[in-house]
Amino acid sequence: MESELKLRRSLLYVPGNMPSMLQNVSIFDADAVQLDLEDAVPLAEKDAARILVRKFLDGYTKRRQEVFVRINGLDTSYAEDDLREILPARPDGIRLPKADTPEVVEHLDTLLTEFEESHNVPLGHFKIIPSIETAYAVLHVFDVARASDRIVALAFGAEDYTASMEIQRTKGGEELFTARNHVLWAAKASGVQAIDSIFADVDDVEGLRRETELVKKLGFIGKSLVNPRQIEIVHDIFRPQQDEIDYALEVMEAISRARELGTGVISLRGRMVDAPVVKRAARMLKTAVSMGLVAEDAVDLSDEMIHGVL
Amino acid sequence: MVKNSLGRDIPETWCGRALEPYEDPFSRLPDLDRAPRRLKRHNPGDKKLLGSLREAIEAVGLKDGMTIATHHHLRNGDALLNQVVSEIDAMGIRDIGIASSSIHPVHAALIPFIKKGTITRFECGVNGLIAELVSKGQLKCPITVRSHGGRARSLVDGEVRVDVAFIAAPCCDPLGNMNGTEGPSACGSLGYAFTDAEYAHAVVAVTDNLVPYPAMPTSIPQHLVDFVVQVETLGDPSKIVSTTTRITRDPAGLQIARYAADVIDAAGLIKDGFSFQTGAGGTSLAVADNIKQKMAEKGVKGSFGCGGITGYFVEMLEQGFFRSLLDVQCFDLAAVASIGRNTAHQEISANLYANPFNRGAVVNQLDCVILGATEVDVDFNVNVNTESTGYLLHNTGGHCDTAAGAKLSVIVAPALRGRLPIVRERVTTVTTPGDTIDVIVTERGIAVNPRRPGLAEQLRAARLPVVDIHALHAEVCGITGTPRDVEFEDEIVALIEYRDGTIIDTVRRVAR
Repeated sequence: MESELKLRRSLLYVPGNMPSMLQNVSIFDADAVQLDLEDAVPLAEKDAARILVRKFLDGYTKRRQEVFVRINGLDTSYAEDDLREILPARPDGIRLPKADTPEVVEHLDTLLTEFEESHNVPLGHFKIIPSIETAYAVLHVFDVARASDRIVALAFGAEDYTASMEIQRTKGGEELFTARNHVLWAAKASGVQAIDSIFADVDDVEGLRRETELVKKLGFIGKSLVNPRQIEIVHDIFRPQQDEIDYALEVMEAISRARELGTGVISLRGRMVDAPVVKRAARMLKTAVSMGLVAEDAVDLSDEMIHGVL
Repeated sequence: MVKNSLGRDIPETWCGRALEPYEDPFSRLPDLDRAPRRLKRHNPGDKKLLGSLREAIEAVGLKDGMTIATHHHLRNGDALLNQVVSEIDAMGIRDIGIASSSIHPVHAALIPFIKKGTITRFECGVNGLIAELVSKGQLKCPITVRSHGGRARSLVDGEVRVDVAFIAAPCCDPLGNMNGTEGPSACGSLGYAFTDAEYAHAVVAVTDNLVPYPAMPTSIPQHLVDFVVQVETLGDPSKIVSTTTRITRDPAGLQIARYAADVIDAAGLIKDGFSFQTGAGGTSLAVADNIKQKMAEKGVKGSFGCGGITGYFVEMLEQGFFRSLLDVQCFDLAAVASIGRNTAHQEISANLYANPFNRGAVVNQLDCVILGATEVDVDFNVNVNTESTGYLLHNTGGHCDTAAGAKLSVIVAPALRGRLPIVRERVTTVTTPGDTIDVIVTERGIAVNPRRPGLAEQLRAARLPVVDIHALHAEVCGITGTPRDVEFEDEIVALIEYRDGTIIDTVRRVAR
């Protein structure tokens, strides 16, 4: 499990077979990019895309964001070639499609460990984000989430999921509600992040906004994106709002007074501030600090302050 | 040859004119009066309306060696200049100079008349094929490129004497009162033609919409006009307005626009009274859109929007984001409609807009201008005149005028276009000196001119990606490789004149 709080509001897909788009990866503010060797790349271009992504990663030395590569499914003949080509270029991790069972994740974990051992890469360098994108995967998602320590997030894939359900994906998203919750429960229970699916209609800004607001409410901390134009909207929604920040600062100030009085509970404007309230406020403020919305020295977010004397 | 202060080789004379090399943006002022215009007497009953362009050319006494001018408000739809030149040619007059406010691709029809010697020089910038052929040495016709402010200045200080101005008037009466807002060729502002009307030695109003006296409203009044001619058409109205006034969808362009708006915000300029100019390109409009959002968030009301006006600026005026628009040129039909009905949307002359030699140009009141670039270099010099091929293809417009005037001049440009680096060691041609450029915004970071260290700090404090221009240049060349420089011959085919009349650069014939 990751110790630090890593922002993954936006995971931008970039087709691995498009040099002009790869070239612009560094200019966008997405928290992470997912260089795609799978669905975006036609069968005839699998080789070329692999080499292109490898060369791009070799040249992209001053990385502005996390870089994941979406390899082809481990059940295809391409996946091992994908790994062989791109792991030497040291992406931050692998986006694993069709992570239906814990065994698939364990298999990838083994391949990554073997590479790390044989190439002098620190053990555990490569992270894994499994895609939960079939009905089968939704039913096994808790086991998948715990299949490897490399997993930093679970990513829900609504397009493939609805296909596996033999239903249409709608903009309202009612058909995804239960599956999304399953993914969220597994993620929260395992202490990893939950990333929502893409929103395919690039021109529907309002639709993207509505869906992002919904999944934020449910508990997702980010979304996969298909176009850079979606980044700003998604960041805007996942940004802690000013009233939330103000309230959290008040909570931390109240608990700081409580700590001085030697207690862990205090009243703030008639509402009780106790451990879960403080934890939630502190978590939000850490995010706000990392986004530059709150100055680092403006608030004490030490473990002592959050949890009391340890 | 002498080197000007930017290290560009400038000849001492060119085509019979003694040249003054560019020194700095703000010092030069020649010891001169404004250019004179002869008195004329107009008695009761005197008529101005003539039957044809030929009659007008005869009446004004146009002779070999003289200079004519038109305005470019009809843009690529203009039919007047071609008609006038073809008439001049038919009358056997030769060695005519053209000092229009700009030349567009539609004027490639002049090429046969250049080859014949009817037209022998351009005292103005030229867009399109003519300039390309001149660059290749396939057409002999010296060109002096001037900015909008520089052109007005050259008429006012007498550097260029326009013998006859033919002013396309979308709405005109028999005495020559005219406006640009009504009629089939309505183009809105007649800003570029005002200077011609005051300083040309003879003024012919040409209209395809003759209305009874008095034409209302009046932009250019009758006391400046010698003759009036009615023609069937002034041009193709569908090409009068530009069609590219739409916000870009390109993610890199949008990223640049976001950075640019953040730069302006971080510089502390978005407050009540804010004044702003931007062009009609997709990225420029995206900047305007971002600025508008910031103004809305802060509840800011600006003083004026300026320059070439688009429907987008009209919307901002109507929604209360600006108190006024100062309009030297309308870019689209929404702007044309607005200038005709809204008194807060003011027509201004190029002289008032950007001439450095008067009692105060509007550009000096600008808080901020957003400008494009074909190339920029590590000294912050900007080229908008020549392309990567070395060919002269574009006019300067108000580029160097607004850069000099505005408190904050911002270049928005992609760091690379396709396989070409836009950030260069040295621009092919200097249009606008780095002395007047504050910030270059690219999708790969924001370079701040070292003469604005305080600004760089403000941008860093706002967590904007400030980069050293040399590092940016190195990064871009790391991707594209360093292209070989275009090879030029010694022969000079065009001058790039700075707004104050000094020579900032030359354009040489491209080697084969």
